[in-house]
Amino acid sequence: MRDLHHISFWRRSWLFLVVLATLLFLILPIFVVIPVSFSDSQYLTFPPPGYSLRWYSAFIESREWQASLRASLTAATLTMLVATPIGVMAAYAINSAAPRWARLAYGVVLLPLIVPHILIAIAVFYVYIKLRVVNSMPSIVFAHALLAIPIVTITVLAGLKSFDMKQEMVARSLGASRLGAFFFVTLPQIAPSVVCAAVFAFATSLDEVIVSLFVAGGENTVLTRRMFVALRDAITPTVAAISTIIIVASLIIAGLILLLNRRTSR
Amino acid sequence: MSTAGSLIPPRTQQHQAAEPAAPNAVALARQGRRDRLLVLSLLLPAGALLLALLIIPVGWLFYLSLIEGGEYSLVHYERIWTMRSYQNILWTTVKISVIVTVICAVVGYPTAYLLAQLPGPLAAVGLAMVMIPFWISILVRTYAWLILLGARGPIVPFLQQVGLTDNPFLLLYNETGTIIGMVHVMLPFFILPLYANLRSFDWNLMHAAASMGAPPTSAFFRVFLPMSLAGIWAGVVLVFVQSIGFYVTPALLGGGRVTMVSMKIASNIQEYFDWGAASALGVVLLLIASSILILAARLIGGGQLWGTTR
Repeated sequence: MRDLHHISFWRRSWLFLVVLATLLFLILPIFVVIPVSFSDSQYLTFPPPGYSLRWYSAFIESREWQASLRASLTAATLTMLVATPIGVMAAYAINSAAPRWARLAYGVVLLPLIVPHILIAIAVFYVYIKLRVVNSMPSIVFAHALLAIPIVTITVLAGLKSFDMKQEMVARSLGASRLGAFFFVTLPQIAPSVVCAAVFAFATSLDEVIVSLFVAGGENTVLTRRMFVALRDAITPTVAAISTIIIVASLIIAGLILLLNRRTSR
Repeated sequence: MSTAGSLIPPRTQQHQAAEPAAPNAVALARQGRRDRLLVLSLLLPAGALLLALLIIPVGWLFYLSLIEGGEYSLVHYERIWTMRSYQNILWTTVKISVIVTVICAVVGYPTAYLLAQLPGPLAAVGLAMVMIPFWISILVRTYAWLILLGARGPIVPFLQQVGLTDNPFLLLYNETGTIIGMVHVMLPFFILPLYANLRSFDWNLMHAAASMGAPPTSAFFRVFLPMSLAGIWAGVVLVFVQSIGFYVTPALLGGGRVTMVSMKIASNIQEYFDWGAASALGVVLLLIASSILILAARLIGGGQLWGTTR
């Protein structure tokens, strides 16, 4: 605000208006879904003509949607359990290795973020067809873990950067094994970033659409895949009910991460 | 910090420099090597997964893209160059991506510019409004646009009443709807890196410019804007590279009338089981995306780019 005395507030008011409009554009659509989920009409009328809970009961009573919810939560939990240790190991190695190797390894680990997801999807689909494991839970989990590992690695690496590795060396010089030093000295101090990374891994799996469209069907049709098909073929406010649940869950997860970050930075 | 994981090797080197005949130098060096190998072996699980599910399969698809009827052929790539339908898809993809990128830059710049100057709490509220959509599933956001832009949403009936249009699908199931939905997804990717860049701007430079007699507008264009170019480019690259690979938004808001490259790749597999054609298109997409990223990393520095992706 220091430079405001050069231009009067009123001459800058257009800037405030543009920014306000932009922020509203970003935030409002999300809250449109919530009233529609309580609509009593089967059409996507906004604002809704009347209110009811019928779309929530439709969601709860639908065996298909319930199976998808279960499949999604299972996949997300297992992805978190697989991707977090693998990503932590990779981050530790990248943090400790000589810069030349570290840079190379980091570049390779980040590949899933760079390669377009549609290409990853058909590549993984191709392998799974050859192995005859399409639609099986373990194969869904490994596909999601592939996408989650770079995010886990980035997050944990940020935690390790602010940790003084000399502490681990002190522990080792006092007789701790390498593994012991990591678990009793390093891990407790980077714990917030590891928890954060685990939540990211969970959310990555829960959010994933494109790869799931190819490899997560049949009995293990995940929520995002069923939602995508519903939105493409026959839109009902059932999706709004699910979306509202997802919005609330996402905001809780985001709040959790914010809380964790604040505690770390203290 | 780099050799932090293995304390022993540097000490060994010092030892060797001082007294080359130290009796335990060989053993220490060997242990140092073992130590470094141990650390590198922690990359094995991640490397194995990447190799099995990404590197080898993409290589395999690349090979498939060069095969037709059992022998080597460039027919899949030729088709992309010569067939009208493929050219239309490429053109649509590039056109939509450019429009989305330009809108993101034009709308995102003032937002990042103002947020970077606002006092702490206000900036935090603004940033939260930018970040929250980031956190919400793309399907939920696309659904919201299906409601808002649809024939029974709040916008189109209003336009019809005022008499500006008589088309109930003015904003949905076409390129307009796709672009609106994509801008909503991509805008945070433009604002956040730019905000990070602007936040570190030294506002004293503006005072200096003013004290030298520069009017505010020319101080902005000749001092502020040039210094924020790196942030703008980071945002432009992030938005464009992701836009050309978009699938969900055009597939749902385009309503079958908008075909982007990713959708053609998917339909080549799901409808025609034509792995060669899908792979060739995938390779082209990968080449375009990676060459832009590599070029950008060279020009504006990798940290600027990578540090800001989620």
